[in-house]
Amino acid sequence: MPHIVKSFDAELGKLEDGLARMGGLAEVQLAAAIEALDTRDSGLAARVMADDSKVDQGESFINEQTVKVLALRAPVADDLRTVVAALKVAGEIERIADLAANAAKRTLVLNQLPPVAPMRSLIRLGRLAQELVKDVFDAYFNHDAHRALSLRERDQELDDVYSSLFREILTYMIEDPRTITPCSHLMFIAKNLERIGDHATNISELSYYRETGAQVTEERTKRDISAFMGIEPQE
Amino acid sequence: MNPSCFLNCVRQDRRYNRGRGLLKDMGMADAKMTTRRLAVHYGDKLALKEVDLQIAAGEVTALIGPSGCGKSTFLRCLNRMNDTVESARVSGEVTLDGQQVYGPGGIDPVLLRARVGMVFQRPNPFPKSIYDNVAFGPRLHGLAAEGDEMDQMVQSGLERAGLWAEVKDRLHEKGTGISGGQQQRLCIARAIAVEPEVILMDEPCSALDPIATAKVEELIDELRENFTIVIVTHSMQQAARVSQFTAFFHLGNIIEVGATEQVFTAPRNELTQGYITGRFG
Repeated sequence: MPHIVKSFDAELGKLEDGLARMGGLAEVQLAAAIEALDTRDSGLAARVMADDSKVDQGESFINEQTVKVLALRAPVADDLRTVVAALKVAGEIERIADLAANAAKRTLVLNQLPPVAPMRSLIRLGRLAQELVKDVFDAYFNHDAHRALSLRERDQELDDVYSSLFREILTYMIEDPRTITPCSHLMFIAKNLERIGDHATNISELSYYRETGAQVTEERTKRDISAFMGIEPQE
Repeated sequence: MNPSCFLNCVRQDRRYNRGRGLLKDMGMADAKMTTRRLAVHYGDKLALKEVDLQIAAGEVTALIGPSGCGKSTFLRCLNRMNDTVESARVSGEVTLDGQQVYGPGGIDPVLLRARVGMVFQRPNPFPKSIYDNVAFGPRLHGLAAEGDEMDQMVQSGLERAGLWAEVKDRLHEKGTGISGGQQQRLCIARAIAVEPEVILMDEPCSALDPIATAKVEELIDELRENFTIVIVTHSMQQAARVSQFTAFFHLGNIIEVGATEQVFTAPRNELTQGYITGRFG
């Protein structure tokens, strides 16, 4: 149901549009970063790095628009939740784009070095993160609380792939110390992608909050076990 | 859910029954006033449709809703102010600490109004001195002897209404000669001078500027320690600022009642949400 004061709807619309634009931009950035990594395309990687500022501008717009709506409209109930969620989601999107830009930066270095085998698994991890981010945005902008909640589980898949990739990269480095430089970069990119999954999960929780007013209280099982792994291959 | 919440509402209308189970969680303890199937007719017109509500002791309960929703009618039932309206017919039950307010065995209306005081929309001090305005109730009920005892009572009332410092040197000037905000606080001083248990406020700030409003709101917050307060307000923000519980009225029904924080962040009923967000009304 629209508001009696139409300009209030217009202000909320601006917020939602700005957030959707930002989300779209972050999706493009992430896709391009993975593409650049996969095809060793330094030009594309450089563009991803340059375009990161567009996402930052998007976040600034959301911050300003949120403060404006809070100050001038004093929103309550679902309006309040929409505004609060927008502010927080914008922060999550900015982090996603930032991590994608960091992956692009490392791509420039990787392209100077000979290719290494674990790259294929890294691309697979990238595609998983990309899909999750897309689905989370779809759930958020389609006001689908239950879909949003179900997507939290998908992050575990990402964690599993990341943990096994961590082990794989470690094995390559042990076997051939000449791969240590490129593999270290791969390790950081993998961590970036795993973090992107976490930010996507945060967005799905905010999506649920926005629609229902309830916080997701249940702890999510983290399956990223890389923090516990030593150099010795595990039994 | 806060276990100390004790407002409850049982809806007779099935459409609005969804929140009922949740409200049970809020508990029932310590209700200062209770209404059961409280209905009011003005002539043939049904203004209030069998409303069940508990007013939490020592808390501020805000009644919100569009004009003509029955919130003022409900408020006026709590101290029998509707008795003065000739066409008004009240049925159902109202209790104060378990004692009947209406009916043959009910509390005497004069005593009731001493226990359940009222502050109106427009400040309405008597055309008497500031002192006499506050002393009026204690004199009527014989609560204090003239002289030092009465002086004490007047001072205490004005202090508790946050007005003493502003008027202590002009106690014998006309109550109608001070500013609107001061007049409203004078009316609050007059209401609390007889040591009521419940204070009903019918849009007490709608004729006041924002500063005077803020002073009255601060006062409401302080008075909560000693009194149970029920406030009708058209300002949603005021309800959110001053109350611990909010009840939303619509077309003579209570649609939703709950902790104010819950009602304003995640209302359970779509009508409540539509009203407080400005989508209808």
